[in-house]
Amino acid sequence: MPDSSYRYVFSLSLLMVASLLALLLAVAVGSVPVSLAELWALFSGRGLPLHQELVFGLRAPRALAAFATGGLLSLAGALMQVLLRNPLADPYVLGISGGAAVGALLSMLLGLGTAMVSGSAFTGAFISTLLVFGLAQGQGSWTPTRLLLTGVVVAAGWGALITFMLTLGSAQQLPGMLYWLMGDLSYARSPWLAWLVLILALLLTLPLGRSLNVLARGPLQAAALGVAVKPLAWCVYGLASLLTAAAVTTAGSIGFVGLIVPHMLRLVLGNDQRMILPASVLAGGALLTVADTVARTIIAPQQLPVGVITALIGVPVFLFLLYRSR
Amino acid sequence: MTMLEALELVIDIPGRKGGSPLSLQIEPGQRWGVLGPNGAGKTTLLHTLAGLRTPRAGQVLLDGVPLSELRRRQVARQLAVVFQERQDSFPATVMESVLIGRHPFLSPWQRQSAGDLALAQAALASLSLTSLQDRLVNTLSGGERQRVSIATALCQQPAILLADEPTNHLDLHHQVLAMQLLQQQAESGAGVFMCLHDLNLAARWCDHILLMYPDGALCHGPVETMLVPEALERLYDQKLVVTEVNGRAFFIPQ
Repeated sequence: MPDSSYRYVFSLSLLMVASLLALLLAVAVGSVPVSLAELWALFSGRGLPLHQELVFGLRAPRALAAFATGGLLSLAGALMQVLLRNPLADPYVLGISGGAAVGALLSMLLGLGTAMVSGSAFTGAFISTLLVFGLAQGQGSWTPTRLLLTGVVVAAGWGALITFMLTLGSAQQLPGMLYWLMGDLSYARSPWLAWLVLILALLLTLPLGRSLNVLARGPLQAAALGVAVKPLAWCVYGLASLLTAAAVTTAGSIGFVGLIVPHMLRLVLGNDQRMILPASVLAGGALLTVADTVARTIIAPQQLPVGVITALIGVPVFLFLLYRSR
Repeated sequence: MTMLEALELVIDIPGRKGGSPLSLQIEPGQRWGVLGPNGAGKTTLLHTLAGLRTPRAGQVLLDGVPLSELRRRQVARQLAVVFQERQDSFPATVMESVLIGRHPFLSPWQRQSAGDLALAQAALASLSLTSLQDRLVNTLSGGERQRVSIATALCQQPAILLADEPTNHLDLHHQVLAMQLLQQQAESGAGVFMCLHDLNLAARWCDHILLMYPDGALCHGPVETMLVPEALERLYDQKLVVTEVNGRAFFIPQ
């Protein structure tokens, strides 16, 4: 299809440029601004040692972590929405972030270090995934409604545990716990795990795009068109869970990105998953990078949890697009 | 030439015990009509023949191979289904919807070729949908969406076409158009099997009839022997008047 191929390349190129601009903005802005000329000097191997430390040592890892987290969450959200055929689904709807939060808060309560917090967050996410997977299978057949209900109820259970642990936390522990719950990139030291998962997931999902388009027509129609529905559904579920786990392990539970970004793109680009999945990664990454830059500079030296900014940017933009749509 | 065969098949209808076994062959060029009251199991039978439901007993063979031993993709290259119900929580355009009929023929990395596009355009044109091709399916009327479903199945170029009430929601002109298209499919070698509610459509467009009684009893045969008023009155528990127009029998409920 020449017409739609052109649209595909154009839209993704545009998002790619926006992503690069967002990353440049993130490394340039801060307490010591770095101009474009100075950045160019840095990238070509010259530049001041102070700038070198600032850009490559501090800002770039954080910007890359923000980008990868945004990409992971948007991709997970887009996959969950198609899998459950429910526009309200997001990466957290099946209780994965609840499990991660319980793990993370537990190790904070016990006073363990940052690495242990990440490790137990990942473990919590993994346990929650297995729990929902096992319970949704149940005695009878698997349906999206059943998976959704199981996930929502398990998430409510985690929510109660989180509240319980917050009441147990000491006054020194509480701010850290709350920041984790709202999503915070200031402890995201190493973006590489998130990037690895993101790139692997993207390579896996790109060839699945057309099958997911078929799956969106319902399981019977999909089976009649040659899709092995059950293996595909479990593969998508496992993948979305892994993406979410990697994201919450990197930056805590950041709201709105996974719900809003895929929908914004659908309103503009249509419902072809072959387009929506890669576009979600780029748009989600760019949005979270910009949001994190705003979060750390707007009331500097104080930092805001990035979840506050994603909601403040995401909600009005989304409502505007929804209002304008047909 | 592809043939679909039911062998001692007992369909699985929840809450109904037993059921008589069905053995029939849908041969190339045949047009089967399934008649029966609500809840007799027409849709369940159609889904079972498509391999989408497990039968209680017996099996369905596609060219002699049990469907359960074939991969879904292999089945979908031979057999298309027009469903009665449709889901579109994430609606696509009419063109995208019809093009999806090419899915079983494309590898994961492949995009649709110009040939696939031409097939989709021909299917759209045959159901007079060309002017709607850029509309989202959720903005269409019920009859227009039904035509999109039929076009998707035609785009699949099936050797076996199973259609669950293909004339649902269609106006008179498009009912005739849809039945003519199904007849053309049969003439070019496909086996066509459709559930119908309209006796007169079945009388005019089908050459074989399967009657499904509410108690699970079945009988089938060529159309001339099956469409007799006594059998049909027992089938629907409804008195019928038979008239003749232009040499063809018409059934009207009394």
